Amino acid sequence: MSESPPTAQRDITLEGRALTKIYHTGAVEVKALRGVDLQLFEAELVVLLGPSGSGKSTLLNILGGLDTPTDGRVRFRDMEITAGDESTLTRYRRDHVGFVFQFYNLIPSLTARENVALVTEIAQDPMDPAEALSLVGLAERIDHFPAQLSGGEQQRVAIARAIAKRPDVLLCDEPTGALDSHTGILVLEAIERVNLELGTTTAVITHNTVIGNMADRVLHFGDGQVIDSEHNASRQPARELSW
Amino acid sequence: MRALNLKLLRNLWKLRGQVLAIAVVIASGVAVLVMSLSALQALQDTAAAYYERQRFADVFTNVKRAPHRLIERISAIPGVRSVEARIKQVATLSIDGFVEPVIGELVSIPEQGEPRLNRLVLRSGRRVALGHPDEVVLSEPFAEAHGLQPGDRLKALMNGNQRTLTVVGIALSPEFIYTIGPGALMPDNLRYGVMWMGREALAAAYDLDGAFNDLSLGLLHGVEPEPVIERLDRLLERYGSRGAIPRKDQISNWFLMNEIEQLKTMSTILPIIFLSVAAFLSNMVLSRLIATDRSEIGLMKAFGYSNLQVGWHYTKLAMAMAGVGILLGWALGAWLGRVNTELYAEFFRFPLLIFRPDAGVFAVGAIVSLIAALAGSLGAVRHAATLPPAEAMMPPAPPLFRRTGLSRGRTAHWLDQPTRIILRQIFRSPLRALFTSIGIALSVAVMIMALQWIDSIEEIVQVYFHDAQRQDMMVGLVETQSDTVLQAFRRLPGVLAAEPMRFVSADLRAGNRSHRGSIEGIRPNSELQRVYDAGGGVVDVPPDGLLLAIKLADKLGVEVGDIVRVEVLEHRRPVREIPVVALFETYMGMPAYLNINAFNRMMGQGGSLEAVSLLVDESRLPALYQRLKSAPKVSSVMLKDAAVREFNDTMGETLMIYVSFFAAFACALGFGVVYNSTRIALSERGRELATLRVLGFYRGEISYILLGEAALLILFGLPLGCFVGHGLGWLMTSAMDSELYRIPLVIKAATDATAVLVTLGATAFSAAVVRRRLDRLDLIAVLKTRE
Repeated sequence: MSESPPTAQRDITLEGRALTKIYHTGAVEVKALRGVDLQLFEAELVVLLGPSGSGKSTLLNILGGLDTPTDGRVRFRDMEITAGDESTLTRYRRDHVGFVFQFYNLIPSLTARENVALVTEIAQDPMDPAEALSLVGLAERIDHFPAQLSGGEQQRVAIARAIAKRPDVLLCDEPTGALDSHTGILVLEAIERVNLELGTTTAVITHNTVIGNMADRVLHFGDGQVIDSEHNASRQPARELSW
Repeated sequence: MRALNLKLLRNLWKLRGQVLAIAVVIASGVAVLVMSLSALQALQDTAAAYYERQRFADVFTNVKRAPHRLIERISAIPGVRSVEARIKQVATLSIDGFVEPVIGELVSIPEQGEPRLNRLVLRSGRRVALGHPDEVVLSEPFAEAHGLQPGDRLKALMNGNQRTLTVVGIALSPEFIYTIGPGALMPDNLRYGVMWMGREALAAAYDLDGAFNDLSLGLLHGVEPEPVIERLDRLLERYGSRGAIPRKDQISNWFLMNEIEQLKTMSTILPIIFLSVAAFLSNMVLSRLIATDRSEIGLMKAFGYSNLQVGWHYTKLAMAMAGVGILLGWALGAWLGRVNTELYAEFFRFPLLIFRPDAGVFAVGAIVSLIAALAGSLGAVRHAATLPPAEAMMPPAPPLFRRTGLSRGRTAHWLDQPTRIILRQIFRSPLRALFTSIGIALSVAVMIMALQWIDSIEEIVQVYFHDAQRQDMMVGLVETQSDTVLQAFRRLPGVLAAEPMRFVSADLRAGNRSHRGSIEGIRPNSELQRVYDAGGGVVDVPPDGLLLAIKLADKLGVEVGDIVRVEVLEHRRPVREIPVVALFETYMGMPAYLNINAFNRMMGQGGSLEAVSLLVDESRLPALYQRLKSAPKVSSVMLKDAAVREFNDTMGETLMIYVSFFAAFACALGFGVVYNSTRIALSERGRELATLRVLGFYRGEISYILLGEAALLILFGLPLGCFVGHGLGWLMTSAMDSELYRIPLVIKAATDATAVLVTLGATAFSAAVVRRRLDRLDLIAVLKTRE
């Protein structure tokens, strides 16, 4: 990947250099990443497109401090993440990263508000859980338990939980993968809103090409590498997407 | 091998930690059962064989002096198979290197041929020979205590004459398995021992030519001893008989049977406790284990396996886990049973040992454990088997939680979310939480039940030896003496005070109940020997009337104010009807007291005594011993300190084995419960915990959620365990209640604390093991897969 930033004055939030990841499963060696370079800029919304097995989740996990690369470096602002130990990575996730997953991963024993509070209690400058939930349009369902919420609602709670600590980076792995298109769009609207209103640097993984239209930038993934990159001249609002 | 069986084996291997934890608990239950029952059986078989082989007599009696010609008439009593007339005497011994006086019980044996009854097992040397009146055979425990061997000599004061005796042999006898001196509670082989001497030699020494003073009868098979005793007593009444006793009341046998009886109690109660705990635990674990296997069950059914096959598959899993435990338990139980039996055999010095554990014992242990495990898995297996495959393969719907008053109320503000997770998890399945707590509680309870013995024994020693008995020494006399001898005792070196003690053998009767025992005369305001109520302290001795141990009153069915008929079996054999004036609680024996003045009136004697209580100056003990060794008419010398030491040593030895054994089991329980419940919780909630790690929670913080829940349940289980432990202690002490002793239920705070700490240690260990797994939680794998 050898592109220049679209706007030269924008700061780099997150940067990966020459990232490789090799998994050893028994005797088999799987190269999940084969030298990926990538930069995420302040307030940017990037969509990573690619078929399953192309390495995009591995990349996201490494960027989010859930995994470490076999080779290469990750920098968050001035911080070298790859040099850190387990506890540094935890601290990085805790203070700077918000995650959203395909399977919402809510804590079943906590209500929507409490699931969000789980994160705000350990964050440095969080918003009120109620505020985060109304940002994703769930002010009404604030005291419901996960079992009482639909899939889309659960995913929006997950987004609220991810953004309530005002993260610097929001990483979403197939956030709409388990949802129908209508619900999926509601979820994307929530992500879009967070990106625009809070200026959170956001990366969304999907294999749904339509979603690429709402991004500033789309990275195409294949076989452990970024094979293509495109800038959208203008972002299409999420509510106008359809698939 | 079929694929499913392979899966079973691999599952077992994957779950090896949990399999082991369950197996250990099941093994504990099986082991306790096998151990207790096999030891019990071995002890009974061995005692029976020993008695049979050595022709242990069925009826025992003694007289002052009876002529040999009487034997013919005694043999003619219907039911009598054989008669052995003997001479029994006591002698004060001096043994080189031992300052205290030693009491020897001299028992006659024929100089030629074997006695008809109560035959000796010669361990070394030979029997006494005709024409060598100074030869003796020593009982083995006594000889060992003093390091005496054939060829050694010892001095004996026999009938006022100082004699030097030569040890020619060492032997054992079924009659003296327990060698307990008069007034003692435990065998004291240093200060009391049995010696066998030629009949002619003994007769000559005690002027009993052509006469005997001790009689043993062997009965024909199936003959009840009571009618024989009745005839025998009538026949011997004029020869100074104190009344015959059947084998079951013979002192050595009585102690032995008491021991066996206690073992029987233990071998029923303890395995029940352990097996039910094991059943309960395997139930809890298996049902949760199978519940976590949900998607695999769906898959198997989707492939076309029938409900029955799926059910059978998990039944085999449960059986395999139980099987591992049963095999472990069998091996451990058989080994411990053997060790236990050997310990007893050594303690009782059985010359033979029959250890042939019955296959039935092993089968019972196995069947009970299997049933427990299967019952435990039944519900879960049925649920698994009947789940439609499509539903089974889907992740279970997120469990529905409720908000409790706790999260709505005021307290909610200071509850952080992880704490809420803990509390909601507990409140969502309160039964499961309760079960875990009960498991912990049982671990604590078992420990308390074991440790409580130490407290109880201490209490017995305190009350029996220190509160009730104030004397340092008790000296028994060969026969009743005038109380003028008190003056002689007071003049002995080092004697600070001397008080008379009186006792006679007597039958106590009330209605159709009776008890053959003795009555003790006691001085009102006695300083040295007091009537002591274990519950309420010193009891006043009124001028007349019986003071009975509650246990004895219960046996006779009398209360204060009732009349007891006292039939004295000695001297002029007076019979009196005496009202009961007081009852008191005792831990040892079943004493009956009477004011010494009333006692003397009843006996028609002036001031007399059978024994003396002494308070002595310790610094002058050697001189006192020296005088006692040469004093005629002394039949026993009991030193309180030595008695307490013997008691503690004997008890301490057996108790330590017992306690450490149960400590190990309690640890196994505590570990098993906590390890399994947290380990399962981890597999059920690994995803949730991984999510929290992803959200930026540290390892310690997620450990708080999982282990905090366990800690809370443990915290609840500990006091519950103390409560249950006190209950079990009560159950055991009540079950142990016998004529010989009552075990008071005493549980010190330190005992509770020790039990709690031991359990905490075991649970902390299992928590640490789980924590290690928690630290290795694979975040990515968990997030990528659905539940």
